[in-house]
Amino acid sequence: MSKSLLVISRQAPWSGPSAREALDIVLAGGAFDLPIGLLFLDDGVFQLAPHQDAKAVQQKDLGANLQALGLFGIDDVFACSHSLAERGLTPPASAQPLGNEDICRLIDRYDQVITL
Amino acid sequence: MKFAIALYSAAHAPSSRRALLFAQAALAGGHEIVRLFFYQDGVYSASNNIVAPQDEQDIARQWREFVSQHQLDGVVCIAAALRRGVLNAEEAMRYQRSAVNLEAPWALSGLGQLHDAIQGADRLICFGGP
Repeated sequence: MSKSLLVISRQAPWSGPSAREALDIVLAGGAFDLPIGLLFLDDGVFQLAPHQDAKAVQQKDLGANLQALGLFGIDDVFACSHSLAERGLTPPASAQPLGNEDICRLIDRYDQVITL
Repeated sequence: MKFAIALYSAAHAPSSRRALLFAQAALAGGHEIVRLFFYQDGVYSASNNIVAPQDEQDIARQWREFVSQHQLDGVVCIAAALRRGVLNAEEAMRYQRSAVNLEAPWALSGLGQLHDAIQGADRLICFGGP
């Protein structure tokens, strides 16, 4: 059986290539049909903010890549409730909000974890 | 134990040195390293254009010698490397760039190699940050 991998994405989409590179790991794993989970934590939850205008900061929009998650069979997408609340964001429909204890259990459930 | 090691930081970051020391200790302890995968700024740790001052450690050179000496599978993520200007001869020719700063023992390849290493290893150990 394939080993499962949780990718924890902690960087805002405008802070450099980190958010995109975390997502690339997830999408590549999905392409190989591997069991992958994705957790948005800390500033990573900014990737889920609605009405982003990436062009205003001359960046490429990450939204299309996030929408591709479903196409790649990535259904286990989570967001830290505390990180969302701290930044005044409401829980998005595309990610399941989790409290701190649930996040501990989530990390326990996966074989391997990558944090970027 | 079989280790996959991922590195996300440049050669001047202490975490690159820690990753190298961990890798050396793993082999010394009789363990196996199934693959080294350099991602994000970790691609700079494989650059052969780094010049360390004489009284400082040359971690990029030490990485190179370590991988060569033990004939390890050292993979540098191609997308991360291109974005950061770490090119082997083939990519420099493809994109018509004048500098080549990646050579053997390093191989440029894709993220599939990271997933493959994770599947083949007992543990994935990641190094990044300061």
